[in-house]
Amino acid sequence: MKYLTEFRNGEIARAQAREIHAMTTRPWKIMEVCGGQTHSIIRNGIDQMLPAGIGMVHGPGCPVCVTPLELIDKALAIAAQPGVIFCSFGDMLRVPGTEGDLFQVKGRGGDVRVVYSPLDALELAVRNPDKQVIFFGVGFETTAPANAMSVHQARRRGIGNFSLLVSHVLVPPAIEAIMSSPGNEVQAFLAAGHVCSVMGYWQYPPLAGKYGIPIVVTGFEPLDLLDGIHRAVRQLETGRHEVENAYDRVVTYRGNEAAQRLLAEVFEVTDRAWRGIGVIPKSGWRLNADYRDFDAEDRFQIAGIHTQESPLCRSGDVLRGAIKPAQCPAFGKECSPRHPLGATMVSSEGACAAYYNYGRFLPAEELASAGKAMSAF
Amino acid sequence: MSETMQAKLEEPRTTTPDFSGWSCPLPLADYPAIVMGHGGGGKLGSELVEHLFLPAFRNPALESLGDGAVLDLANGRIAMSSDSFVVRPLFFPGGSIGALAVNGTVNDLAVSGAEPRYLSASFILEEGLPLAQLAAIVEEMSRSARDAGVEIVTGDTKVVERGHGDGCYINTTGIGMRREGIAVGPQRAQAGDAILVSGTIGDHGMAIMSVREGLEFESPIRSDCAPLNGMIAEVLAAAGAAVHAMRDPTRGGLASTLNEIAQASRVGIAIDETKIPVRLEVQSACELLGLDPVYVANEGKAVFFVAPDAADRVLAVLRAHPLGRDAARIGHVCAEHKGMLVARTAMGANRVIPMQIGEQLPRIC
Repeated sequence: MKYLTEFRNGEIARAQAREIHAMTTRPWKIMEVCGGQTHSIIRNGIDQMLPAGIGMVHGPGCPVCVTPLELIDKALAIAAQPGVIFCSFGDMLRVPGTEGDLFQVKGRGGDVRVVYSPLDALELAVRNPDKQVIFFGVGFETTAPANAMSVHQARRRGIGNFSLLVSHVLVPPAIEAIMSSPGNEVQAFLAAGHVCSVMGYWQYPPLAGKYGIPIVVTGFEPLDLLDGIHRAVRQLETGRHEVENAYDRVVTYRGNEAAQRLLAEVFEVTDRAWRGIGVIPKSGWRLNADYRDFDAEDRFQIAGIHTQESPLCRSGDVLRGAIKPAQCPAFGKECSPRHPLGATMVSSEGACAAYYNYGRFLPAEELASAGKAMSAF
Repeated sequence: MSETMQAKLEEPRTTTPDFSGWSCPLPLADYPAIVMGHGGGGKLGSELVEHLFLPAFRNPALESLGDGAVLDLANGRIAMSSDSFVVRPLFFPGGSIGALAVNGTVNDLAVSGAEPRYLSASFILEEGLPLAQLAAIVEEMSRSARDAGVEIVTGDTKVVERGHGDGCYINTTGIGMRREGIAVGPQRAQAGDAILVSGTIGDHGMAIMSVREGLEFESPIRSDCAPLNGMIAEVLAAAGAAVHAMRDPTRGGLASTLNEIAQASRVGIAIDETKIPVRLEVQSACELLGLDPVYVANEGKAVFFVAPDAADRVLAVLRAHPLGRDAARIGHVCAEHKGMLVARTAMGANRVIPMQIGEQLPRIC
């Protein structure tokens, strides 16, 4: 596959890893912001290739994981109502709310549907004028333009039975929150390539300056990630803190300006609660006054939501990078992808699910013996 | 499936067969589509049998039209398998529910070491299903049965009200004669066994997905739906008792099949990810949807666990067969990490590939 296979070349990857080994003189902690990067690091075993001193800290960039419990509960309540069609991306369906998930609402007769684009949900609204169609619009800056486009079109075309249950979150405030949290150990960031494809990276130089941290815009394939790590380590080792773009086949400094104009037209910045982390000031987007009519939270006044997180789940500590998933006492015991206690175990981009699915519950010797057995083959 | 996708299916697609040249033997002017009466046991039902099923499946056991088929079988051990088919859409590139219904049961018998002989076919039809579509499904079943060398000897038809089914569900049950001197079973894999797959994985699942999601590629992804009994017979003739386990990796894909065998045989399985054959377009579609091809369904592939000294022989037999041209040796059975499937990645690292929980969910971004 063009643009993919070239970035999965094992030989080049091993050469890159050797260079990182050669230049590393002391331990460093680097956070990859995006869950897609976490998934790729663990799936490909990139962390196994790095010097022991380089600690990859898995960041909060999984939209499924950080969507607040209260909003999940609202989604469950709205989806269970008669006369509604509740649309969502696939991996939100298994996220546990206080009582059950969207799959269970569907099983009890709720009209819950998986769509691939909010614009598909909009077309559903056109074809079902007697139903209220809601799209569960979560995610970072990456998914925001399509959600913005859906309400933009809904208003322009006068589609009154469509609304958006929206909980967008933003990367730069999350980086600020992590850097200013007491006990933070993160020394460099791999910024999320796809977020930057929309937003560019003009927001990052002030952060790099303020906190003295290297920020490297990084892609998702093994060679992208190793390149990002390589550049971050080189900066750390030489005492620099700059913004670098290691994903320039996709990302430009200014980003997708048409998308940014649309986002500015539809959304406004708001304080946002992040599941497992808490409220981060000015860290999200909500529909602005012009588009408030399309806000499902306004349209469906859901009262009496009392959220309760599992007392065993430490996903907040995982999302902050304070612990690795396998260090949570419930990991692989009370909590598994089959019975997730927290959202980080649900999405394949969640750090806990990535660890579980790729066998990081195995003792290291056991994985190593698998490797030996393989080389005999 | 969302209604959006459903609507896409209802639109005429290039993948839907062209029924214009087909003429139904029934009085189409009266009933161009299935009505409740077709399942009522009266005249309409028997017309369906006489004008549609009998001509398509023609064989002596069926033609006696008794309440059950009476079959002559040689003495020996009989294998039996049953499967129900509910695929949507009914027609897709490379196959249809009819072809699947025959091949699915034929393949289940074949991988259990039996020679498939007879099938039953039971239809649950939804009121309103166009007769022309049913006829095309039946025609595909007839052709697939002929290709596999099996006879459809008994069956049943029920009709459910509109809205209570997806057009057509089919159950097939098959019986076959278990071969002498063959002792395959999922619990018989042994440390040292070579693991071979008969061709590219993920074709069927991604063919269905690409039709459902309206994904288009330069060359369309076709289902690999095919009867495997001929190819498997050749493998068994060449390697006999050296074949320890066989499976057709259908739902849950290659990963689920290998995990099941690792658990049933209490062995570890080690595979090399770079050795697994995957078509470029299947890999691309998986990337787009955030899926892993090792979990995607196949309908015309088999996995073989064979003694190491027979591996090259079996691979040569597979590659000489039209359905096994892309066969590959992907790994081996080991004594370590019992019950678990571990893959070596292209980066040279190892990862566990676990059983899948529920269905694969397309990711947000």
